[in-house]
Amino acid sequence: MPRRSADLAYAGFVWTIALGAMLLLLAPTVVVLITSFTGAQTLKFPPPSWSLRWYRELLSSDDLLAATWTSLKVAFWATLACTVLGTAATLGIARSRSGWARFLDSLFMSPMVLPAMAFGLALLMVFSLMSVRLSIWTLTVGHVVICTPFVIRMVSAAVQQLDPLLDDCSFSLGASRLYTLRRITLPLISRGMFAGGFVAFLSSFDHVPVSLFLSDARTEVLPIKLWQILEADLDVRVAAVSGVIVIVTLAGLILAERLSGLGASVQQRA
Amino acid sequence: MALRHRLEGFGGTLPAMPLAAFFLAAFVAPFAVLFWISLFRSADFRALGVDQYLKLATDGFSIGVLGDTLFLGLCVTAVCLLLAYPLGLVYIEGGRRLRGAILFLIMLPLLTSTVVRTFAWIVILGREGIVNNAMLATGLWERPARLLYTWGGLVVALAQIQLPLMALPLINSLLKLDRSLIDAAEGLGASNFRRFRTVILPLTLPGAVAGGLLVFAASTTAFITQTLVGGGRIVLMPLNIYQQAVGVQDWPFAAALSIVFTLCIVAITWFVNAFAQRRMGAVHAP
Repeated sequence: MPRRSADLAYAGFVWTIALGAMLLLLAPTVVVLITSFTGAQTLKFPPPSWSLRWYRELLSSDDLLAATWTSLKVAFWATLACTVLGTAATLGIARSRSGWARFLDSLFMSPMVLPAMAFGLALLMVFSLMSVRLSIWTLTVGHVVICTPFVIRMVSAAVQQLDPLLDDCSFSLGASRLYTLRRITLPLISRGMFAGGFVAFLSSFDHVPVSLFLSDARTEVLPIKLWQILEADLDVRVAAVSGVIVIVTLAGLILAERLSGLGASVQQRA
Repeated sequence: MALRHRLEGFGGTLPAMPLAAFFLAAFVAPFAVLFWISLFRSADFRALGVDQYLKLATDGFSIGVLGDTLFLGLCVTAVCLLLAYPLGLVYIEGGRRLRGAILFLIMLPLLTSTVVRTFAWIVILGREGIVNNAMLATGLWERPARLLYTWGGLVVALAQIQLPLMALPLINSLLKLDRSLIDAAEGLGASNFRRFRTVILPLTLPGAVAGGLLVFAASTTAFITQTLVGGGRIVLMPLNIYQQAVGVQDWPFAAALSIVFTLCIVAITWFVNAFAQRRMGAVHAP
């Protein structure tokens, strides 16, 4: 029967590609983890011998530690700013159908699509026209813009699931707007805020194009430092840093999942 | 009446004003400045003119780089679509555990940094990397092939790095699909492939478009992966802008490159959205 064999071929095709995609998604992370435990000087795979030497080496790499610290500080302040500003903005626009609200929504989401390289250069030009010295604060300004869309997406998913009647109930029971916001709205959307903040933090920590223009020797961020190391010579320390990032993020993800069901909120808004 | 209505719409958006003010100062104004800088005739900022744009249009190198960059985005998006649809189909057919596993696999690269993922691809594609070692060990290749710094290597690496951006919106679209439509198609005797082409594909177009645009935008501007996996051999728009701005210090030309690059991305996004909306009728891309 030709139809059955065609269906079988289709199913085989779908499953083969799907399995290939799963392997493709998994492989790089596993490869990095394995490589980071190499005892050799090169990135030979599989490693000829095993050791923790590259992790030990990290502890004495002041340049990498300084860059990590800068990245963490920028990611912290950027996340704080865009979670606060983004949540307020989302409460203002997510349930509104006015043209204004639609316009603002597209404006706030546009950093996701516009080339970040162009934005980074543009911001550098503004700062140098205003003779502002580059610092972690100029860097933070850029990162807030880049990370805002993630907060808006996650929080607006949470706001859209909110029953508008809850507000009315609270008002009719005599609660003020502020009290309603504090006791009803914010607790109900806190998962979305948390998920948005989590993704914003990771994207700031990971972001390169804007930092490329806005960081100088004093404010070097980790991804750019790693990029420079990889460009110069394929130093195995990068594998160890990668190993640390993978392990810390995984631990953070599992912790966040336990605490708040982050996966569910990310999935809803996917 | 209409005015009052409009004012009310404005009043409701008041909580968005701090962020709007911030975006005006830190996002809209910089792009305006970028455009203004691009209108200087030379890097000494003496006179205004469209010289930079003429230079860009007449020097074949920049146009070539721009074309390559957009083509790269297209290739990566196509590979991501090809991988994400089967992945999504298996996801919606699967049980709880399979779904959890697939979701975890999709989130995994999303949560490890881009430099780390790019670095992994250097290990995989390198001269002593996994692919080369495997091929040499099985005797299929006689000597190691150059995989790093090639177009194919770059497309595959970027596709893996950006796949989550495509898979998540697509799975969301597939989950919203009405199962009874698929069952109806099956009941009416449509083959699996026909069911995919005439029912599933058109109805999940919004997810595919949303994901595709994200992948396209992300891969055209992925400076790190482009420079490390593409190497010095493949020059693309982000590296070109960076070299003009930081290396040559020709700010007006770098600005003009950035403006044209941005406009291309905006135009493509707009066209694809308009096309999808026409195909979908009233359905909006998420």
